Amino acid sequence: MVKAVSKDFIWELLEKIPDPEIPAVSIVDLGITREVIFKDDQIHITITPTYSGCPAISFMKEEIVRSLEQNGINNYQIHTALSPPWTTDWMSDEVKAKLSDAGIAPPGKLVHCPQCDTKNVEVISEFGSTACKALYKCNECHEPFHHFKQF
Amino acid sequence: MGDTILFKYVLSLGDDALISAQRLAQWAYKAPFLEEDIALSNISLDLFGRANFLLEYAAELKGENTTADDLAFKRDERKFTNLLMCEHPNGNFADTIVCRFFLDAYDKLFFYTLSKSRDKQLASIAAKAIKETTYHYRHSSNWVIRLGDGTDESHRKVQEAINNLWTFTGEFFKMTQTDIEMMKKKVGVDRKALKTEWDKTINDVCKEATLRIPEKSFMTTGGREGIHTEHLGHLLSDMQYLQRAYPDATW
Repeated sequence: MVKAVSKDFIWELLEKIPDPEIPAVSIVDLGITREVIFKDDQIHITITPTYSGCPAISFMKEEIVRSLEQNGINNYQIHTALSPPWTTDWMSDEVKAKLSDAGIAPPGKLVHCPQCDTKNVEVISEFGSTACKALYKCNECHEPFHHFKQF
Repeated sequence: MGDTILFKYVLSLGDDALISAQRLAQWAYKAPFLEEDIALSNISLDLFGRANFLLEYAAELKGENTTADDLAFKRDERKFTNLLMCEHPNGNFADTIVCRFFLDAYDKLFFYTLSKSRDKQLASIAAKAIKETTYHYRHSSNWVIRLGDGTDESHRKVQEAINNLWTFTGEFFKMTQTDIEMMKKKVGVDRKALKTEWDKTINDVCKEATLRIPEKSFMTTGGREGIHTEHLGHLLSDMQYLQRAYPDATW
């Protein structure tokens, strides 16, 4: 079945899919959805993995499929592209602010405490609960927090 | 398929990542402390991801409806062509750190060159691998320095690990027939040429860590030809158990 939908509509659907590990941001915010193309009655969606071993990628794919099918769209193909490799540089300032509001210090050379904004912070572990995050501690307000690594 | 050499090449790189990943995963829930448990598991996960990209590509090259899972779970020991260092048992924490340090330093150089491969798929997998290997290397080299320049006990353990594992480093730079043919086609990497830079990296870090590099040593090789140490079979019997006992079982 081919349903006439616009590209904007597809993007709107994708923007509603939260990242399974960091629900404060969507998969579009993180730059995981790279491209939406209409070709020969097919909607081609290209996604890109963040970290090679990120287990969330297959979950995100399932969420995209679910969202499309719930909206009666089944003429789609989902592709995975590795090149150019995903980078946190694709994150907009707006998205970084969303992360900060969620208590996660956004990627950047200088790490600020998301609670009190001081730069007086200390790394506890370069590896956190997910591949993309490192564990930090604030030396002013003493709160532990996650930092989304510059990658 | 006419691309059997490329298949063999990609498969060997996939095996390096897969066996390393499985080995590191054995630290999960028993690393020295929580942060390190998470670190080693995270690195393992990156390597599983890399193995998946490479084995999927190898499966595609093989054709005949082969899947990455077939390659991982249905081959016998002698068909695996990973470097021997990857299968080495974890031992104590210093053994694992030294093993990763040698491999991470090698991977950094190897994948940098591979990212310029004429084969687009390999080049893009390599470009992704470099980013992760860079912080894996930071993790392992920092630990080598901390342990080497640490207490008498940590120094002794990390020095012993270097002495024991050194014999498996010669294989990193030994070109096989497959390597030579892939290099000629500008697809593969001249591994021999990486040695000078690798030696320099290892020397610099060991110097800072107050550790000694063994002088001359017998080099154990054979991984790329499928001739393994006794440890690979045990690792595979664990990893492949489910698919062997219940072939084609799915979730």
